[in-house]
Amino acid sequence: MTSIRSIDRFEYRAPGSLDETLDILKTSGTDAKVLAGGTDLILQMKQGLIRPSLVVDVKKVPELNRLEWDEVGGLHVGAVVPLNKLATFPAILERYNILAQACSVIGSAQVRNRGTMAGNICNAAPSADSAPALLCLGAGAVVASSNGARSIDLNDFFVAPGETAIGDGELMVEIEVPTPPPHSAGCYIRHTTREEMDIAVVGVASFLTLSPQDKTLKEARIALGAVAPTPVRAHGAEAFLTGKSVTPDIIEEVAEKAAAEANPISDLRGSAEYRRELVRVLVRRTLRESCSELGLIE
Amino acid sequence: MAKYSVVGKRVPRIDALNKVTGTAVYSGDVILPDMLYGKVLRNPHTHAIIQRLDVTKAQALEGVKAVITASDVPGYQSRSPLLLAEMPHLAQEKVTYAGQPVAVVAATSIEIAEKAVDLIEVEYEELPPILDVLESMKPETPPIYPDLYTNFIASPPSDEDSTPSNIAYHMVINRGDLEAGFKEADLILENTFRTQPVHHGYLEPFAAVASVDMGGKVIVWTQSQGVFTARQMIAAFLDLPASRVNLVPVEIGGAFGGKSFLALAPLCALLALKTGRPVRMEMSRDEVIKAARPAPGSVTTIKMGVTKEGYITAASISLIYDAGGFPEMSHTMFARGNTLSHYKIPNLKIEAFDVLTNKVPVTYYRAPGTPQNHFAVESQMDLIARVLDMDPLQLRIQNIAVEGDTAPSGEILPKVGYKETLERMAEYLKEKGSLQGDDQGRGVACGFWHGATVTFGAYVHINIDGSVTLVVGVTDVSGSRTSIAQIVAEEFGIPMESVSVVVGDTDTAPWASPSVGSQTIYSLSQAVYRACQDAKEQLRHLAAARFEVEASGFEFANGRLIFQGDAEKSIAIGSLARYSISFRGAGPVVGRGSIGGLPPAPSVAVHAADVEIDKETGKVKVLSYAVAQDVGLAVNPLSVEGQIQGAVTQGIGWALMEGYQFDQGKVQNDTLLDYRMPTATDVPMIDALLVEVGSDSGIYGIRHVGEPPIVGALAAIANAIQSATGVRIKELPMTPEAILNGLKEQNKS
Repeated sequence: MTSIRSIDRFEYRAPGSLDETLDILKTSGTDAKVLAGGTDLILQMKQGLIRPSLVVDVKKVPELNRLEWDEVGGLHVGAVVPLNKLATFPAILERYNILAQACSVIGSAQVRNRGTMAGNICNAAPSADSAPALLCLGAGAVVASSNGARSIDLNDFFVAPGETAIGDGELMVEIEVPTPPPHSAGCYIRHTTREEMDIAVVGVASFLTLSPQDKTLKEARIALGAVAPTPVRAHGAEAFLTGKSVTPDIIEEVAEKAAAEANPISDLRGSAEYRRELVRVLVRRTLRESCSELGLIE
Repeated sequence: MAKYSVVGKRVPRIDALNKVTGTAVYSGDVILPDMLYGKVLRNPHTHAIIQRLDVTKAQALEGVKAVITASDVPGYQSRSPLLLAEMPHLAQEKVTYAGQPVAVVAATSIEIAEKAVDLIEVEYEELPPILDVLESMKPETPPIYPDLYTNFIASPPSDEDSTPSNIAYHMVINRGDLEAGFKEADLILENTFRTQPVHHGYLEPFAAVASVDMGGKVIVWTQSQGVFTARQMIAAFLDLPASRVNLVPVEIGGAFGGKSFLALAPLCALLALKTGRPVRMEMSRDEVIKAARPAPGSVTTIKMGVTKEGYITAASISLIYDAGGFPEMSHTMFARGNTLSHYKIPNLKIEAFDVLTNKVPVTYYRAPGTPQNHFAVESQMDLIARVLDMDPLQLRIQNIAVEGDTAPSGEILPKVGYKETLERMAEYLKEKGSLQGDDQGRGVACGFWHGATVTFGAYVHINIDGSVTLVVGVTDVSGSRTSIAQIVAEEFGIPMESVSVVVGDTDTAPWASPSVGSQTIYSLSQAVYRACQDAKEQLRHLAAARFEVEASGFEFANGRLIFQGDAEKSIAIGSLARYSISFRGAGPVVGRGSIGGLPPAPSVAVHAADVEIDKETGKVKVLSYAVAQDVGLAVNPLSVEGQIQGAVTQGIGWALMEGYQFDQGKVQNDTLLDYRMPTATDVPMIDALLVEVGSDSGIYGIRHVGEPPIVGALAAIANAIQSATGVRIKELPMTPEAILNGLKEQNKS
């Protein structure tokens, strides 16, 4: 149950550089909040879930507006780049299909004009659509504080619902995503009751890398959304699949294993049992689609 | 059918430009000098006794100008709050649902008002909640209100054996010999269907602004489906004569039956009276969902007997509506005229109940109570067609009621187009061809709505430039201003642009009943037509005097009167109007029209839904949808098609994804994310097939239009799902999870 009310008075600052931002965060204490797209933050403020005394709008920080890709350095998505911009960025469309799929279903078109991928993962909802795709792609989060910058492997990023590994005084700067290896393919599929403007009941991303010599899978990654306190990898299912030649039976078995690894809850959007079933269905579908893209199955 | 030059044409709505450019004024747009802001304290408990209510700390907060509780409501002094229907009920000794208002604050800012609400101290003693209608109906269940008797709300009946009850209303109709009817049947099916409360989904949340002038008159700006009834209600709440209250019309951002209820205006008016300053109140979306009253959930059991040739011999139906925490709005009343009314059923029993529970109270929603009962009736018809291996449309065609038949209410059916509408759909589906895909299915269903008939007045002023001003008091929820402008244009032979429709306030406009029951254009058009005839008669006499001929010889064309086709004896209506107001003139031409309750002009809409099911996830995709409906005559086909498409969209939402989710009686899905309504991506193009079997009673043959097209949607989708999957779902919403569970059950057996 929510209750919308007026937002308490707060100080608003919009620094123009990364250093200035980090200085502010260093001295501001824990009730400062960083504003990027604001699509989650403002709602939480209206619901009275958080009452920051200071809101630091980082949209004007040049370092956070970076959107670049090169073969060696991979993709760099600054923390304030809106989702809709990602969905039209050529390198993402050409090389990160899985990410484009995930980013194009978050919220609504209006939300995607403001909301950011960094915000999507900083909000740390178990259902965050970009998280399974980023987990599969081996992404990392670059965070900075006045003491310097560090990179957090996304596998270590999500701590609990709404909680991340970003420390006090630290700022999310960008998400870095390595260039997918040759002979790889992946996809993200989610289930929602409504076609748009909805939250995943379950979201699944699969990402496969092929050994072209023997047509076995060099690497398999499967990540699940909305079936555990955080977005998670299905390590058991991945291990089972790695090194194998794909057959329909194997896909079935992997889907079964992933469903067994999921740890869903029952809530307004679906029962635990239904979610587990959806993991089975969506793992199967994402694997089939990835395999088909790799030319492994029809 | 006669041809008209403006009536029957597709015209854009006259209010469209103001609305799409944001210049239209809604309740929430009204800002007055020195305005205060009001906020409601809502009770968090499902069922509790108020042990202590202390507002002193709130009153002491700087900026707080008034705090009111039930003891401040003048209207509660002389009568039971239960009788002040369709208004918020400030809690007295106890609270009967979560979200019930307990106190209201007015302060100089909304922030202060919210803080003041937090400072109000209330101690509750929780009582066990009654959440299930079947449980609530049992004689041993303690009554939620000690002074509430079935059908005699708040006044004990003379019958000494009566005891207070949670059954607020009860109605029974018996016809023929039920037992004998079932004996004649070759097949008898009995099923129970359930629905959850659903929300109308109007875009505009409730808002109100009220002020009091120096003469003590209370002026209120608020969205209401009927400003005159709203005036009476607010006057009763304040215990003032109606003449001390004036309702100023504002645009309404969607209503669908949900805005006869005045969620804020009475509270706002009382705060304005207490403080002597204007007060503004507005609901947040979660308040709208939790406390502004949805449509009732229902439990419907139907038993139907048919011969092997597919003729209904008998039917009994029990309708139980969950009234929530207040009994004021009877859905039983609507069940009388709208249940099993469109079929020939010689032997039947209809029994309906409105039953109290400790949940959010309910209100009217597009064909109140009728989509729920049709979900049962039209699902049942489909199940019967399956057993008999009959075409489901044919089963309906051969049982459909026709002119002269007696409805269960005892009413003799006037001229109706039910059969023509079914045949139109049959023809459409034949052309469309059958579905090819394995996971696809088609469902058909009828939706019947009897329609209300009410009273209206209208004034017509003829202006000196030949334009015509129409003054009415109607709330335009569905394009009614545009349609009545078409009628005025038609009658005077002038272009639409020369007609201006003014909606007056309750001090200046002629009486208008609320815009409910699909009757607005049906009834109002008669008042407008009569006002036009009155003005035309006056103009004829003015022209007759001028040309010294018989008044009856004048015809109207192109804004002029012409005597028996003689161009020499012709004059523009604007010229007559100008002479009439000159110093020596006869006085202004003011046409008056008034209409009492017309006979109803009931209608059937026939639905056909094509769906595709993802059998692994249970998700439904509505591939295409068509509705054939007898609209009598579509004054503005664009508007009529919009009504049909909007109603079906609401029906698809109700069928597949909408429904209140409660935890111990408390609404859980109180956001538009979790109270899920369809978006444009969930709904296909909806084909509206307009059938025009003119009514005998409506001007130009007009019928009720707005409500029939939601009624059949729930069963049409359910029937399509069974046709695609074999799974019969008897409870709404038919979520992907429910369908998948049905498929699993089916695989087991």
